[in-house]
Amino acid sequence: MTDVADPAGMADPSADVSVPAIVPAVGVPSVGVPSVDVAPEAQAVGWRHRHLLDVDGLSADDLDLVMRTADAMREVLARPIAKVPALRGRNVTILFYEASTRTRVSFEMAAKNLTADVTNIAASTSSVTKGESLVDTVRTIEALGAQMLIMRHSASGAPYLAAETFGGSVLNAGDGWHAHPTQALLDLYTMRARLPGGSVAGRKVVILGDVLHSRVARSNIWSLTAAGADLWLCGPPTLLRGFEAWAGRGAAAGRQFTVTSDVGAALRDADVVMALRIQRERMASGLLPSLREYAARYGLTAERLAGAKPGALVMHPGPMNEGVEIAADVAAGAQSVITEQVTNGVAIRMALLYLLAGVPRA
Amino acid sequence: MTGRRIMTADEIRRATIRLSHEIVEKQAGTDGLMLIGIQRRGVPLARRIAASILEHEGVDIPVGALDITFYRDDLSMVAQQPVVKGTELPGGIDGRTIILVDDVLYTGRTIRAAMDALVDFGRPQAIRLAVLVDRGHRELPIRADHVGKNVPTSREELVKVHLEETDGEDGVEIERMVDGAGAAAAARASESVA
Repeated sequence: MTDVADPAGMADPSADVSVPAIVPAVGVPSVGVPSVDVAPEAQAVGWRHRHLLDVDGLSADDLDLVMRTADAMREVLARPIAKVPALRGRNVTILFYEASTRTRVSFEMAAKNLTADVTNIAASTSSVTKGESLVDTVRTIEALGAQMLIMRHSASGAPYLAAETFGGSVLNAGDGWHAHPTQALLDLYTMRARLPGGSVAGRKVVILGDVLHSRVARSNIWSLTAAGADLWLCGPPTLLRGFEAWAGRGAAAGRQFTVTSDVGAALRDADVVMALRIQRERMASGLLPSLREYAARYGLTAERLAGAKPGALVMHPGPMNEGVEIAADVAAGAQSVITEQVTNGVAIRMALLYLLAGVPRA
Repeated sequence: MTGRRIMTADEIRRATIRLSHEIVEKQAGTDGLMLIGIQRRGVPLARRIAASILEHEGVDIPVGALDITFYRDDLSMVAQQPVVKGTELPGGIDGRTIILVDDVLYTGRTIRAAMDALVDFGRPQAIRLAVLVDRGHRELPIRADHVGKNVPTSREELVKVHLEETDGEDGVEIERMVDGAGAAAAARASESVA
């Protein structure tokens, strides 16, 4: 891996400084399509992406469209029969090279709620164990009839390789340390739903914990800066390596992007605090002295949370190590929206499957 | 407006009032009635009919809105996913007599989609259909129970309904499709469902 030379895990985060400025959400103006009977009303700003590999390619308008489509999906989820035939006859294959419960099940439920036909492949029980290459696996899945491929892989960039081969749409469900776009979008959706005014623009959002190994953090940095949040990354210095350079260039116009190990300063008057999982498997590498010391110095406790704004949102992408990065009473407390994140995840994934299904195949 | 006008604002108003009387007469009262407008222009029409029933019968009929986007039979044929406008059915539909309201009845495919959507919400006592304009050319065995105006058209024509709530003014006009890409594309799209 190139992680040593490029600790932030991005090819060059500073290369793309054109982070879209926040555009205030406006109502959907009806466009120049004549009001013919019930002709489908085209999107004011259409969805043009065939794949969802990360959120860095999404404009503020794209983000807004995903959020509004997810609103419609929340309404579907509230119906007595939470199922619509929008993706009837579509074959969706879920290919996971890493363990997962919530993301895989969330995608599966999303696809089923849209009446797609879903096939699950776990790499550990497939021909991958006989040495089949990723490209071969993807070709085979396509030949078997898959039109959409939802993929998780331990290597950063693997879904990009799959997208070069696959004729349909590829959705990245997490690749290495690099990206987890649907998590970032459901996080943004949850914040917009809960913050007064329905926007993260100008809000102080803190990402606290193991930023270094977190694809969730990297995708959130793109979407939150694009949406105009004041972004703070906080954790032990060993788990923040390389992010100062990104912070130096990544802030949206007029916004802050701060990297610090000072938990008190990071949490002060925060609107949102997102705790990240400490990836225990990394502890052997000497990045942290011990979990106990981490919990004592950086864990999100009720006492630390008191420094944030009253009613600040507490988030966590899951799975949690309670008592390490987040105290059990905070995770289950009144300010926690962690279970709401899970519910919103289904709506966001339905929205993305629906939008991607409208884009022609290669 | 650019086409030939076939209904003025006054004619729309009178047709709406007549529809409201017909609906109540057929039901022999207002018990169990619910009006459900199909997004988008069916919704303000349903509200107008409900207002007229309130005025003449003194009864406030529940009004819902139904978005049929996810039930369209042409989702795989349109270039881009259509805007979803939302569904709201206050009080549910079980056991009620549902009057579906739409602006134009054409191929019948919208109504097919609307009925599929409705049965996912419950089991109404009956579903009836009220439209402002019936322009013919059905592709499915569907007919309207209450029609504001029957308008003979050819398939090369477009019927455009404008309502104050959605378009700033009331009026119905008919125009010949030109070869302009926009109108032709819109017409193709509408024919597969509308």
